[in-house]
Amino acid sequence: MTAPTTPDEGTWATLRRGVALSPELRAGLPGTLALALASTLGKVAVPVAVQQGLDRGVRAAGGPDLGVIGLVAALAAVLLAVTVASAYLMNYRLYRSTETALAALRTRTFRHVHDLSVLHQQEERRGALVSRVTSDIDQISRFLQYSGVGLVVNAGQVLVATVVMLVYSWQLTILVYLVFLPLALLMPRFQRWQQSAYRRVRASVAVLYGAIAESVVGAPVIRAYGAAERTRTRLNRAVDEYRTSQYRAQSRSVVITTLGEGASGLANALVVVAGVLLGAGVGRALGVGGALSVGELTAFVFLVSLFVQPIQVFTETLSEAQNAVAGWRRVLDILDTRPDVADPGETGRPLPSGPLSVRFADVRFAYPDGPDVLSDVDLTLPAKSRVAVVGETGSGKTTFAKLLTRLMDPTGGRVELSDVPLGEVSFADLRRRVVMVPQDGFLFDSTVGRNVAFVRPDLSDERIAEAFAELGLADWLAALLSGLDTPVGERGEHLSVGERQLVALVRAAVADPDLLILDEATSAVDPATEVRLQRALDAVTRGRTTVTIAHRLSTAETADEVLVFDKGRIVQRGPHATLVAQPGSVYARLHASWLEQTR
Amino acid sequence: MYGGGVLGRGLRVLGRAIRDEPVTFAVGALGSVLFALMTVASAKVIGAVVGSVAVPAITAGRVTAGALALGAAAILGVSLLKIIGIFGRRLGAGAMQYRLQARYRREVTARYLDLPVSWHHRHPTGSLLSVANNDVESAYMPIAPLPFAVGTVTMLLAAIVSLLVTDWVLAVVGLLVFPAVFAVNVVYSRRSAPLQARAQRLRGDVAAVAHESFDGALVVKTAGREAAETARFAAVSDELRDASIAAGRVRGLFDPLMDALPNLGTLAVLVVGGIRLAGNDIQVQDLVGAAFLFSVLAFPVRAIGWVLGDLPRSVAGWERVHGVLSATGEMRYGTGEVPGAGAVALSFDDVTFAYGDGEPVLRGVTVDVPAGRTVAVVGATGSGKSTLTALAARLVDPGSGRVTLDGVDVRELSAPALARTVALVSQVPFVFDDTVAGNVALDRAHVGPDEVAAALALAQADGFVGALPDGADTPVGERGTSLSGGQRQRITLARGLAGRPRLLVLDDATSAVDPRVESAILAGLRRAAGADTTVLVVAYRRATIALADEVVYLDEGRVVARGPHQELLATVPGYAALVTAYETAEEVSA
Repeated sequence: MTAPTTPDEGTWATLRRGVALSPELRAGLPGTLALALASTLGKVAVPVAVQQGLDRGVRAAGGPDLGVIGLVAALAAVLLAVTVASAYLMNYRLYRSTETALAALRTRTFRHVHDLSVLHQQEERRGALVSRVTSDIDQISRFLQYSGVGLVVNAGQVLVATVVMLVYSWQLTILVYLVFLPLALLMPRFQRWQQSAYRRVRASVAVLYGAIAESVVGAPVIRAYGAAERTRTRLNRAVDEYRTSQYRAQSRSVVITTLGEGASGLANALVVVAGVLLGAGVGRALGVGGALSVGELTAFVFLVSLFVQPIQVFTETLSEAQNAVAGWRRVLDILDTRPDVADPGETGRPLPSGPLSVRFADVRFAYPDGPDVLSDVDLTLPAKSRVAVVGETGSGKTTFAKLLTRLMDPTGGRVELSDVPLGEVSFADLRRRVVMVPQDGFLFDSTVGRNVAFVRPDLSDERIAEAFAELGLADWLAALLSGLDTPVGERGEHLSVGERQLVALVRAAVADPDLLILDEATSAVDPATEVRLQRALDAVTRGRTTVTIAHRLSTAETADEVLVFDKGRIVQRGPHATLVAQPGSVYARLHASWLEQTR
Repeated sequence: MYGGGVLGRGLRVLGRAIRDEPVTFAVGALGSVLFALMTVASAKVIGAVVGSVAVPAITAGRVTAGALALGAAAILGVSLLKIIGIFGRRLGAGAMQYRLQARYRREVTARYLDLPVSWHHRHPTGSLLSVANNDVESAYMPIAPLPFAVGTVTMLLAAIVSLLVTDWVLAVVGLLVFPAVFAVNVVYSRRSAPLQARAQRLRGDVAAVAHESFDGALVVKTAGREAAETARFAAVSDELRDASIAAGRVRGLFDPLMDALPNLGTLAVLVVGGIRLAGNDIQVQDLVGAAFLFSVLAFPVRAIGWVLGDLPRSVAGWERVHGVLSATGEMRYGTGEVPGAGAVALSFDDVTFAYGDGEPVLRGVTVDVPAGRTVAVVGATGSGKSTLTALAARLVDPGSGRVTLDGVDVRELSAPALARTVALVSQVPFVFDDTVAGNVALDRAHVGPDEVAAALALAQADGFVGALPDGADTPVGERGTSLSGGQRQRITLARGLAGRPRLLVLDDATSAVDPRVESAILAGLRRAAGADTTVLVVAYRRATIALADEVVYLDEGRVVARGPHQELLATVPGYAALVTAYETAEEVSA
């Protein structure tokens, strides 16, 4: 596991890393920024027009000069039209480049999650992984579209406003900056204050959603145990906590907004007072000069609001920006996590054709920083053998299966298939030849037929129906409402656990693997389905090397060889009849309790 | 999507919200009006100060200190009142929105708790969660800018009045610009609402594909289908990209237009004002004030657009919320108790039951379980076993017939009496985000720490619970993710045992437990239940069935046979075929 970043990586470092990974963001950026500049310049046109119109037109010597006013207004109107056009183009380019870049990033991250080993996938909560390709990226897109480039545009507007203000009066400009300086210095402190409130909102919304989900999913239990009042109390507490936290965050954000508003009022008052004094020639008397006309003073007041606006927007979007950068960092960290079970790809060695033999040479496995969960595994399984793996929960039998399918790599030792080291087999070859049927027989929210065809999308319905028939499942398929087109529901929930495994078995059969690894369902399956499963299993394993993690000892009884795992080691191996005759052995004990269950 | 119908219904949702929250709305609206008036006033004041203080001072080169101080004070005063307005507007709107959301979340979840389990069965979990989480949220989304919008309408009226007082010709400019602003808003809402709805829907699709694909990550990996899954994801992701760009394009035009319109107004004021000034109809200050007015109005006018833009989503959300709130059919409880103590007799008397309008899953079922006895229910998948257990615990009521405990109809029992008398442990273990002990006790008054400990021991859970960092006080996490399926099942089993129920109903409640552990549980249960508890148990495994005094064999919703296990094995071929399936399976594979 590579931990690519420290959590306190700076904002700029994250942004640099992010932009480097999404070159689409930079495509056409100069043009977009040029358009942004053009649209900002247009905004200054109106205050300047007001000034020119007032000084040269309205207050022209000899009464208002309508010609000048008309000309000024017409020029400004044209500039305004240019502004609208360039702002539209800028926005469009911005949406296009960011959405294109983020769609690519989304897909890349999605693929990367699948490329990570099961170890990494299990480390993260499922919901968290989904957030990486949904809400985190949505947040980045909002940030880039409204705050990111918006930030550049706003900074541009502040800059342009400042330059024009300086042209009119440097004295007044200094005054305005003096008013906003303390605000700028205090802002980081206010931001942290606001951030802590938003953190509480996020924490309380998680609690609330958890409580709501519990009350819905657990409805029967709540009813059966008369726990409605307890649930209601918890729900209401969560609802209220969320409301209070939202209100608190809102209050803090209002305080910050009004600081900007107050500063702007103060700046206006000071500009008017100082402007009038300067205009009346007081400045000259004080040696600071700076006489200015009525039009210039008016334009300056307009410019102050042009200057204030982006600052207010900035204060309101800063916390959103911080969240987005944090989300971006999480996405980048996923992408930077190197898949520790790597695909040799093109350079891989091919597996010899035909049924595969298995060899474990002194294999050991431990989770990172954990004790060994599997040790001293040294064995050879001949091709076409049918092997049952038994042992209690936590004995290491699932780990054994994961190493055999290269879902994980051993910490020590070697795994080979027909004398080819597993690590040198390309995934394409490996996944075609080695198929695992997991315990829960996960099905996709589609039809029975499509789920079977998952591994081979080209399969025709006839061929799929044949596969069912070959496994002795034609009657089961016929009993379904719409045959192959029967929807299986979310995660296959319209089918029973046993039936889901049936479909998963047919899926494995059509893949036609040379090594089949089967994880039997732990939960009891109703007997009729059990019979079908047994029959299908028998058909699908014929002529292949098969390793079954057996929860039912009946499977072990019929296997060529049984591997008994206990505390991460193989403690017994051999045919059922031999093992069961070893009194006091782990297998004898397991078998006795199994008998007690079934007879 | 955004027809007049939606507008009308949207306004009714807003109207109802105002009736629900009159005080916070009033605070928000008054704050907005104050803000609006002060925004207009600030333009007036700037104009006045420029006209009557700056012009003479700059022209004459002499400053009247008093007038200048007054002007500055007026600007500051207006700014202060504006701040008060902002506080009122945003805090009022925030309080209104959050209180409404909290109120309806409470009502919706309370409704969930009141509605019967059969109602829950008919509605997918996802949609119920979505109503309480998202629909409540979006129903009151337009509340945030509502007071602002109301204030803005006031401000526009004030602006027109202010212009009318100044000069009717300038007012005409306002009367042209303001409706244009409004019209652009309406057009924008209509254009963008469907585009945004589409993007929103696609965002849901992207999440759904990711969720499913990551859920099935193991299958994807073992089948080597990463590339195909990525292609499936890329397809929806690209669709979302195109939809977002389309929505962004409309917005990309709208934003600069909204910026430009008031500016255009300012320029119009300059020209028209110049003409009026030439005719001596107005003063310089009137012109400056009017010009400034347009520039300060640019931002608030957008609030109207925000409200209108959110209305379609709000209506959709509210209608789903309303659907839950107006759902009827909650279960009524009686006031009775089952007299006495110790085991109760359970009987089903000619019970028929169907889910919704479907085929009956139970038909004329009559079964007596004498007090203190253990009866196993056996049948193939879909034979109605689980329904029978749900009826016994009164999670559902029969369509016809009666379910009684010691002769008392379960419908006559009070909810607490029912919960005290019957405990149901179902096949899928559900644990709450609480400690182990909290999950077992569930705040029941008669379940103390001793009962919890005893129940955990009986359910063979004391071993792994003892090994947890804080023993029984260890939190199990949301849905008990830190535990294995078998461990969760044992905790729910302990929950059922802890209340010392007079009737214990087990619906295949040990299916995920290791066979060895299961035999220990069953043996303990047999000892502990003794004569104080009647047990109804649904089972597949022979050992579980063997625990029963008697077996009821169900097939397609009817009781086909009943009697001791050995007797049924010998006399009922269907039963024998079912329970000997394991042996049959062995023969097949041998």
